[in-house]
Amino acid sequence: MSSHDEKPLKSESEKDSAVSRRSFLKGSGIALSVPLIAGNTRLVKAAGQDVKVHGPNKVSITLDINGKKQAATIEPRVTLLDTLRNDLDTTGAKRVCDRGTCGACTVMMDGKAVYSCSILAIEAQGKKITTVESLAQNGKLHPVQQAFVDNDGQQCGFCTPGFVMACTALLNKHPNPSPEELRAGLGGNLCRCGTYVGIRAAVAQASAQMKKGGK
Amino acid sequence: MAEYKWPAAEKRRLIGKRISRIDGPLKVSGKAKYSFDMNRPGMLFGRILRSPYANAKVVSIDISQAEKMPGVKAVKIIQGAGSTILWAGDEIVAVAAVDEPTALDAMRAIKVEYERLPHVVNDANLSTVPDSAKKPAQEKIQGEPDKALAEADVTVEGYYGNAVITHCCLESHGQTVEWTDENNVLIHPSTQGVSVIGNDLAKALEIPAGNVDLRMDFIGGGFGSKFSIDRWGIECAKISKLAGGKPVKIHLERDAELQVAGSRPSMYAKVKVGAKKDGTLTAWESECWGTGGPGGLGTPQLPYMLNLGSGIPNYKAKFINVATNTGPQRAWRAPSHPQMAVITLGALDDLAAALKMDPIQFLLKNADMFAPRTAIYKEELAKAMEMSDWKNTWRPRGEGAPGSTKYIKRGLGVSMHTWGGGGHASNGDVIINPDGSVELKMGTQDLGVGTITILTIVIAETMGLPMDAVKIHLGSNRYPSSGASGGSTTVGGVSAAARRGSVDALTQLFAKIAPMLDAKPEELEAVDGKVRVIANPSKAVAWKEACAKLGSQPITVRGVNKAGDRELTNSGVGGVQIADVSVDTETGIVKMNNFYAVQDCGLVLDLTTTESQVFGAMIMGVTYSLYEEKIMDNATGKMLNPNMEFYKLAGVLDIGNFKVHMMTGKGYDERGPIGVGEPPTNSPGAAISNAVANAIGVRVSPIPLTPDKVLAALASKKGGSSNAKI
Repeated sequence: MSSHDEKPLKSESEKDSAVSRRSFLKGSGIALSVPLIAGNTRLVKAAGQDVKVHGPNKVSITLDINGKKQAATIEPRVTLLDTLRNDLDTTGAKRVCDRGTCGACTVMMDGKAVYSCSILAIEAQGKKITTVESLAQNGKLHPVQQAFVDNDGQQCGFCTPGFVMACTALLNKHPNPSPEELRAGLGGNLCRCGTYVGIRAAVAQASAQMKKGGK
Repeated sequence: MAEYKWPAAEKRRLIGKRISRIDGPLKVSGKAKYSFDMNRPGMLFGRILRSPYANAKVVSIDISQAEKMPGVKAVKIIQGAGSTILWAGDEIVAVAAVDEPTALDAMRAIKVEYERLPHVVNDANLSTVPDSAKKPAQEKIQGEPDKALAEADVTVEGYYGNAVITHCCLESHGQTVEWTDENNVLIHPSTQGVSVIGNDLAKALEIPAGNVDLRMDFIGGGFGSKFSIDRWGIECAKISKLAGGKPVKIHLERDAELQVAGSRPSMYAKVKVGAKKDGTLTAWESECWGTGGPGGLGTPQLPYMLNLGSGIPNYKAKFINVATNTGPQRAWRAPSHPQMAVITLGALDDLAAALKMDPIQFLLKNADMFAPRTAIYKEELAKAMEMSDWKNTWRPRGEGAPGSTKYIKRGLGVSMHTWGGGGHASNGDVIINPDGSVELKMGTQDLGVGTITILTIVIAETMGLPMDAVKIHLGSNRYPSSGASGGSTTVGGVSAAARRGSVDALTQLFAKIAPMLDAKPEELEAVDGKVRVIANPSKAVAWKEACAKLGSQPITVRGVNKAGDRELTNSGVGGVQIADVSVDTETGIVKMNNFYAVQDCGLVLDLTTTESQVFGAMIMGVTYSLYEEKIMDNATGKMLNPNMEFYKLAGVLDIGNFKVHMMTGKGYDERGPIGVGEPPTNSPGAAISNAVANAIGVRVSPIPLTPDKVLAALASKKGGSSNAKI
């Protein structure tokens, strides 16, 4: 007979959030880069320096999402992804692996593709967050989006927003990606339905289109 | 009487062409709302505490601390004291709270005491499985297998198998449920059975079926794992009620999704197979086993495709069902077929190698045994040989195909497969509006296979309209009911119902406007946005003008397909695949070079999404052949890789180059559309395994063909003994 008391329970659920994100927070030096925010934030001395500590309860934050300032009140342990999805009803980015493997949550932060499941919302303050919702302009799909449609680079579509964002970031940086650049740019995104043939064709089309100045 | 049959090739304007999926723009722009994306007003976040043990009794549960926490709105015990838990990850307690962090904290505050019991979680080696986990063996015999094996000129023995894999839907299982009043429920689930699971929920909640309003516009993957309301669906509704009817969202966390919400059974076999010197198959003997979790799995039909009277004349197929303490099996694209193909086509490939025959020539030699699809396989094998340049590329086993080096060995392998299909029961209302727009309301779902697109094609083609004149409504149990999407029966069912409904609606429209054109209704046709007299096409009226004659009353006609109806669809398809791989004999890494598929599925409605289905099946096939495995820990009874960094899926550049050829035209088209979601998933395991054996001269088994197994097989070859003993 063994007991499943609070201790194993805790270790069971730690992997979901608390400890990994806490150590992530520590490792990223996040507390030093976040602007002072109202409410539940204070300064403590750590290793001889002033360090801002957020929480433990909810804090008010402002995020720059697709060029628009958006306010949310969240616990410091909440990710950018969950803030987007649960607090700001911006659900294009998907929660799938929730630990930086599959890329379904990909958004751009200051122009760079990032896993929004692995960034705390408090850390994303002051950065320009771009989500898939902003790509189409005036009802016209971005060349990358159009290429995904034209080449059927999607089936169920759940990985698609992440792929579209990763692909857009890739082509912004490497308009004519080599296979190695393609691997680096899209190797962090996974699809279960098996749309890679279409996605590769979409990259080729979008690359040609964007070089012509389509966007 | 109305003519429903599919239009002749020369009259097809849309059917069989390349048409981009209609819902594509919504998906690429993030506008497609999945169940997981629902943010209902005042919604609570639900979470489920799961058993850490694979076999245990619940001794006590204390939820008092959790209940007192601020923000926690309901805590509900799912399996209380005295319950027996049969797999790790099974549901114990549900909580609903104002946000996710609070729900997570509430779970941590719950205390559960278990009495642990012994578990069995692995079955790859039958000799290590305790007898108590084995169900009584079943055996099927045809002819005189012992005698035939003794008399065979050549026999081979081998071990072939498939590990358990999980569905790993990217949108995890789950739903958002709310009570709109005391007796009515609104559910947004992620389901393959829009017309089905609402009734199951109503039954569990003891409310009338009509009180469940179910809506689902998009689903993020199913693959056979989303046919049930599931316990979390029912508990989500119950905890919503406890929380005053507020919307509650529960979608499984990734670890739970992989542990409990998807499982393709394992299947292993020791096989002995014999033939005459000329390659004629004479005898088969197999001892097969596998697990589908606590309940086991259905008896495999071995030898695959060859177990009918016309098949191998003498065979003996024994099967032992192993019950394990693992999450229960769910249907996985073509249940049992991929596993049976690995076993059967693997053994035949080893036999061909022993006979020093080209495996394609071996299959052709025995083609009659693959009745009733002998002719199709012959055509498809010829096509696949041409696509892969087989004659110039294939080399006998172990010799290395062109491009091989001292350490990198290239090989080719072939496999064939079958699947049923047919059409499920389907009902849909076709509506012609007075403004000329056309709608279809049907309680079906588009899993990402292109259902919306093909329905639009069928109706637009039938009515001579552009596709944007047609709007498809699906994803609600308030629409006429249609079958769950399984068994590759969707396209057959929904296209037949839509075709009949469109033809009948058109017939009613013709009756209205025939006098205007001074003709009889049966003398009219709808082409190019016009209704015109067949014999005198200049006598025509524009579609919109014709519909305006309807006044204020639209035409609404119910299109019906009865399950199993073969007028407009059919069952039974065949396919051939050839894999071309390179194996690094120093690292054991297998790399896909090329992968070819030839597939028949009757009448292709949309070539783009049909090919996508085949590509997708092949890619999933590469993944299950080389990477995927639900790895269970004997010591703890837990899954060791319930995440996506160690439960591996292929990436965009891991798959090699793909070519697909659809068999169409005479002999195929007249069968009507047949589902293609499952058939092409059947061959990859066998084709890739055979290619690896061809490259390195030794069978690697079971799949997935991970580097450790490849290196072990190479080592055993050097030591003089291989898995495939001759």
